[in-house]
Formats: sequence, structure tokens, C-alpha cells
Amino acid sequence: MRRFLIPGIVVAVAVALLALLAFGINSQGINSSIDNALARGIHPALPNSSLSLPVLGSSRSESVADFRGKVVVVNVFASWCPPCAAEAPILTQEQRTLAGHGGTIVGITYEDNASASELFVRQQHITYPVLRDVNTNLVNSWGVDGVPETFVLNRQGKVVALDRKQLGGSWLAQTVAPLLGLPS
Amino acid sequence: MNVGRTRAMSALALGALLASTIFPGVATAAPARASLMDIENNVMCVVCDEPLSVAQSPQAYQERDFIRGLIAKGETKAQIERALVANYGIAVLGKPPAHGFNLTVYILPPAIVAAGIVLLAFTLPRWRRRVRAGAADEDPEQPKISPAEQHRLDEELSHFAG
Repeated sequence: MRRFLIPGIVVAVAVALLALLAFGINSQGINSSIDNALARGIHPALPNSSLSLPVLGSSRSESVADFRGKVVVVNVFASWCPPCAAEAPILTQEQRTLAGHGGTIVGITYEDNASASELFVRQQHITYPVLRDVNTNLVNSWGVDGVPETFVLNRQGKVVALDRKQLGGSWLAQTVAPLLGLPS
Repeated sequence: MNVGRTRAMSALALGALLASTIFPGVATAAPARASLMDIENNVMCVVCDEPLSVAQSPQAYQERDFIRGLIAKGETKAQIERALVANYGIAVLGKPPAHGFNLTVYILPPAIVAAGIVLLAFTLPRWRRRVRAGAADEDPEQPKISPAEQHRLDEELSHFAG
């Protein structure tokens, strides 16, 4: 029995280290649960949407859930990201439509410093609220691993559509219009 | 008298010089000015998951500009690191803070080394005893077979001797 003690301990330690490694790798992985649900035709709730985040340029905090009852377009962006600047006119244009029909865009900054984000907001004439997800805890739970990414939520706070790349063409307008009761 | 005073002053000056050499932090009250190179080596490009010193992404350039701005304001390395955490999150630090799951980074390597040393401390003497015992078995002065077996072997061999 004693001769199996040391090999047993070594094997147990090796298994524990492998389990730790697997846990570490798994926790670093990208969450694709929203994409999978949408692919099955299910409209999932946005995970952790009640998490309060600081509002850019303000001492207040707000969460995405605070906008429930409105059609919400959540856009994750960064000032250092050229595609984010390229799609900004589409978002500012859409904000005008949304604001007039009980909806809004909510911007969320990604791996960006506050002063650079504020400058970006001024340069792109952004008028919608922008939240700062400093530790990326919120957007990580949505499977965001780059910018820009855009999520469209209905008035119940469920994800109706998402685009994990730069917005182009009329995809956003066509996706949002039926939710606002407008002809698409 | 004058000679004594001169010697005392010299000893004092020498002592101060030695103290400033041995304890430079005590001798200079003002903290050293932060440098981009020093900070770059201790922080990460949060988007590319590599040290800022080697990162070349747009986010890395922005992070460097942010650090340069804080250095220009005269902030210390510690203040700059705090500002980086406030803006980019805890992931910006090269060495994660020692709490939660991050503790494994600090605990596991020394624990594995300690476990290895303990394992060797137990197994090495045993291996050495086994090797010594094996060597003793092969000693030519030691009888390998009993006299009865030796006698039987000789008898068997004599049949082949012709």
C-alpha cells in the first residue's frame, strides 16, 4: 500500500493542475450563448444588463436595464478603433429616428481611457448616453472580444439581433424599424 | 584642535557619502520621475494581451499616449498605474493583484517547487539505499549461491567436461 502512496500523490497533484489549467482556459473563452440562442430563433435577455456602469463625462451610474421599455441599440466601441469611427455616422443618424419613437442607442466603451472616449464622443457628435465598462466584465459576458459590436434589444430587453463587426448599409435601420412600429 | 575638527568633518562627509550610496532612496526625498519605458514593461496592451513594450496595436499606441500625458503632468509610476487601472481595468497590470483566482499565480509555483523538494527529500534517500543494496548484491566476495547449489552445479558441469 505504501509503495503506491507517492505515485498516488504525484498523480493527484498532476490531475489537480490539469483541472486548474482547464478552468483557467475555460474562463478565458468567448461566451457565444447569445449567438447560439439567436441562431435557434430564441431572443435571449442580455446577460448582466442590470449591472450599473459609470456614465461617461458624469458622476452618475446607469445600467442597460434602466432603458427597459425602450428599443435599445447597444453599441460597444473604442476611440482607438477606426471601424468605430467609420460606423459612427450610421449610429448618430439612427439615434434621431430612435429618439423620436421611444428608443435610444447606448454606447459602451471598450478598453478605452475616459478622456479619449470623451474626445471621440465630441468629434462624432454623439448625443446618446455612453457607459464605461472599465473591466469589460459586462461586455465579456456578451461574448464581446473586439470592437465594434452592436446589439439590438426590443422593449422587453431581449436581444433581437446583433452585429459583431462594423455596421454597414441599412442593416441597423431595417432591424430597428419593425421594433419601433415603422415600415422597414 | 583644528586637525581633530577636520578629521571629524571628513568622517562625517564620508559617512554621508556612504549612506547616500547604500540607501539611495533615503538620500533622495523626491520620487524618481516615471519613464514610459519603465511603465511599458509592467503593463499590458489590454486588447492584444501582450506587454505594452512590444504591442503595436492602435489601442497600444493610445495607451502609450495616455501614459506620456500622465508623465508630462509629473505623475509618479504608482499614480500612473492607478490611472491605467481606472481607465483600462485590472487587466492592464502585468502582474495581477494577489486576490481571488489570481492567487494561484503567486502560490502555485513556490508550492510546486516546495512539493518537489519534499518529494525528493523522501525519495532520494530511499533510491540511494536501494542502489547501495544493489551494489552490495553484486559484490564478488559475497556468496551468490549456497554450497549445496555450487556442488550440484559442479556436478552438472562435469558431465560436459568430457
